[in-house]
Amino acid sequence: MVAMLELKNVEAFYGPIRALHGISLSVEQGGIVTVLGANGAGKTTTLRAICGMIKTTGSIKFEGREIFGKLTESVARLGIAHVPEGRGTFEKLTTEENLRLGAFTRRDRNAVAEDMDRVYGYFPVLAERREQQAGTLSGGEQQMLAIGRALMLRPRLMLLDEPSFGLAPMIVQEIFRIMRSINENDGVSMLLVEQNAALAMDLADQAFLLETGEVVMSGDTKTMKEDESIRTSYLGY
Amino acid sequence: MAVDTIEEKLATRHAQSQLEAKLAFYKRIGLIGLIIFAVALPFLVSDFRTFQFTRVLYISIAVLGLNILSGYNGQFSLGHGAFIALGAYVAAIMMDRWGVPYYLTIIPAGLIGFIFGFLIGLPARRLEGLYLALATFGLALATPQILKKFEIITMGVQGIVVDKPEVPFGLPISQDQWLYFFTLMILLVLFWAARNLLRARTGRAFVAIRDHHMAAESMGVNAGFYKPLAFAIGGAYAGVAGALATITIQFVAPDSFGVFLSITLLVGSVIGGIASIGGAIFGGIAIVFIPNVAEEISKAAPWAIYGVILILFMYAMPSGIMGFINMLWRGYVKRLLTRT
Ligand SMILES: Nc1ncnc2c1ncn2[C@@H]1O[C@H](COP(=O)(O)OP(=O)(O)OP(=O)(O)O)[C@@H](O)[C@H]1O
Ligand SMILES: [Mg+2]
Repeated sequence: MVAMLELKNVEAFYGPIRALHGISLSVEQGGIVTVLGANGAGKTTTLRAICGMIKTTGSIKFEGREIFGKLTESVARLGIAHVPEGRGTFEKLTTEENLRLGAFTRRDRNAVAEDMDRVYGYFPVLAERREQQAGTLSGGEQQMLAIGRALMLRPRLMLLDEPSFGLAPMIVQEIFRIMRSINENDGVSMLLVEQNAALAMDLADQAFLLETGEVVMSGDTKTMKEDESIRTSYLGY
Repeated sequence: MAVDTIEEKLATRHAQSQLEAKLAFYKRIGLIGLIIFAVALPFLVSDFRTFQFTRVLYISIAVLGLNILSGYNGQFSLGHGAFIALGAYVAAIMMDRWGVPYYLTIIPAGLIGFIFGFLIGLPARRLEGLYLALATFGLALATPQILKKFEIITMGVQGIVVDKPEVPFGLPISQDQWLYFFTLMILLVLFWAARNLLRARTGRAFVAIRDHHMAAESMGVNAGFYKPLAFAIGGAYAGVAGALATITIQFVAPDSFGVFLSITLLVGSVIGGIASIGGAIFGGIAIVFIPNVAEEISKAAPWAIYGVILILFMYAMPSGIMGFINMLWRGYVKRLLTRT
């Protein structure tokens, strides 16, 4: 079977500085993969490389097709939705307008309206805040909005950059529960970047461990959780 | 956590939709009142004042174009006057050389402004914030000299004089009143178009690019197209304003389109409220009348007074007149909400 997303030997550059030193990873159809690593390991950079936001070399295949070198907006049109670090809220627009922007590439009005209801079903608090300026939403609400907005693209793959960042444990639990049902009900594959390793490993089937721009360990999460070094440095028990 | 019963929820939702309907009604009444006032205005004042209000109208159109570009799309231009010059000369040349009636110059002026705006907008994609402002400032600097240089087409420093439009259909009004109404009609159409555009997909794309460039692109918004499009629309509005300026003043010359014009437009845009449609009208009023007021106050140092007025404005209304009005409106809505 062809992997949904496959990175081979990807290097990425910020100007002359190389931030990724040839990483390879893959996400299976319908799978959830997490990328773990310390601050500055290159997790965000990996997602940016996939979305064509920075200069890269190597090969990036989505459903068997090379997407390397494509424009960011073209990557989105293929069905890859990016929930960026810091949430990327369009602050001066309302909640609903933010969601509409998620469906920017779509012309099927009725289906968009259905999906809007579906997002409000997952996140009822967003429905209450429909007309509110998105910049005035709480951090948790903005994270929900970022995920909901990505869902409006009807993606086949979602890239999530630290959705737990700065949120209370209860809200994080809630968001992860919803991510699981999005994966199960809507068949959306996910590439999840996280600091919260315990939670991410519970959700994901596969994990990749990044250190200074390189994959130092990978495998399915069940075995990784047993690993001594992972337990001490990432899970803390 | 308190759990509302379904009845309670429905009741509040009903009250809310009633309130929304009421507010929408007030807004509509206000808008209709304003339009009636605008139509009555030339019958209440002298021909000279009417001429000044005509200037307010077409300058408002140019400011609206700048608002779309800078306020909604976040691309700051210090060279918007160049597009006015373009439209003004398109109209002047069409009328003077080819004997085209004045009313047929509006659309070509807008179209040429649109095309020129798009072309300027293409390289502008690579420039952010201050750098774009500087580059467009260069455009403003160059405009008068370019106009003088192409003397064969523009008649150089001597400028072009055109005829004052006659009142059509034997209407019992003066020429100045007719010009006012002609300009008002175009303004209404263009403001209505801007409102529809900005409320729809295109407007959301503009604001998304301004608010979060990267996130917009990862939603599939084609910034490489929408940024020059904002320039094109801004250019079209300014082009139309330029044609109306030619028709109203019946004269164009290079030195009216210098740096000062472009900066004045930005001043008007900021005073009115840069990310607003209605603010453009206040911008137009400010551009035409603040110099007058300054002169009234001090014949000796009008520019000092002008400066003081600007500073006071920015202190009192940091988000422009429209921002101030919106704040009052929201306060009123909040009071209504707490009462119910
Ligand atoms: N815009 C940039 N310009 C230059 N260097 C950058 C830029 N963004 C990131 N880097 C560098 O690239 C490396 C990887 O950064 P990246 O943001 O991918 O880390 P991360 O794993 O996402 O970290 P965190 O968990 O803190 O978000 C870091 O050394 C960082 O300093
Ligand atoms: Mg990061």
